Amino acid sequence: MEEEILYNQSFQIRGRDFVNGGSVSVQIKRILKELGVKPEVVYKVSICCYEAEMNVIMYADLGTLDFTITFDDVIITLEDEGPGIENIELAMQEGYSTATPEIREMGFGAGLGLPNILKNSDDFKINSEVSKGTKLFFKIHLN
Amino acid sequence: MTLQNLIKKFELEVLTDLNDKEVSGGYSGDLLSDVIANTNKNYVWITMQTHLNIVAVASLKELSAIIIVMNRKIEDEVLEKAKSENITILRTDKTAFQMSGMIYGLGVT
Ligand SMILES: Nc1ncnc2c1ncn2[C@@H]1O[C@H](COP(=O)(O)OP(=O)(O)O)[C@@H](O)[C@H]1O
Ligand SMILES: [Mg+2]
Repeated sequence: MEEEILYNQSFQIRGRDFVNGGSVSVQIKRILKELGVKPEVVYKVSICCYEAEMNVIMYADLGTLDFTITFDDVIITLEDEGPGIENIELAMQEGYSTATPEIREMGFGAGLGLPNILKNSDDFKINSEVSKGTKLFFKIHLN
Repeated sequence: MTLQNLIKKFELEVLTDLNDKEVSGGYSGDLLSDVIANTNKNYVWITMQTHLNIVAVASLKELSAIIIVMNRKIEDEVLEKAKSENITILRTDKTAFQMSGMIYGLGVT
């Protein structure tokens, strides 16, 4: 069944662009607030988007985040070009991280990003191909 | 409780413009995923982190202020970014443990 799209926008995220880290998530949050989306939904989308965005910045080269609002959901897909994830099961474990010491010193690399996206979304899918990239999909119900 | 109350009471140093806001809660932590997942609007965030990315965290979570502990040095670049995004950054010579206890003691949880 095709759902009617109320809003759609795409954003580019560049790998290693720490200076702008989080800016896409902040823009998405602003859009949701302007549209009057419930605070609980904004809260969940913010957590998920931030973690997904920072993963591209920390681990990949270039990502495209596609943000869609339908009558029922906020839907995000994020496709990146990068090293991909060898063992997704491992990457999904709380505390697992391949972040470098420099990145950890900044307070990233707690290994909570993917688990927190899973926890805060209503539907979550991750696919990855080593040396190609990673594709993330998550959905958060509006009601 | 407002930021202004906290600043007066605990002699916090104001490093940016002060946007006086309500303080509805607080959180102490240096891991960004933890802070992102466990803070809410109008919280004060007590941390050792001083790099640029703390501004986006505060902006995304609409925190009242970031409180930098142990008088840690913070780059002008970070303060400029905070000012441009209307984020208040405060600083104290206290440790995160001490600062959290002081604010918690006022009934902020
Ligand atoms: N977009 C991505 N591209 C490549 N590897 C990734 C990507 N996202 C996550 N990973 C891998 O999965 C691990 C776990 O990710 P996450 O749960 O977000 O924790 P953290 O970012 O703190 O390491 C990362 O350390 C990294 O090895
Ligand atoms: Mg992560």
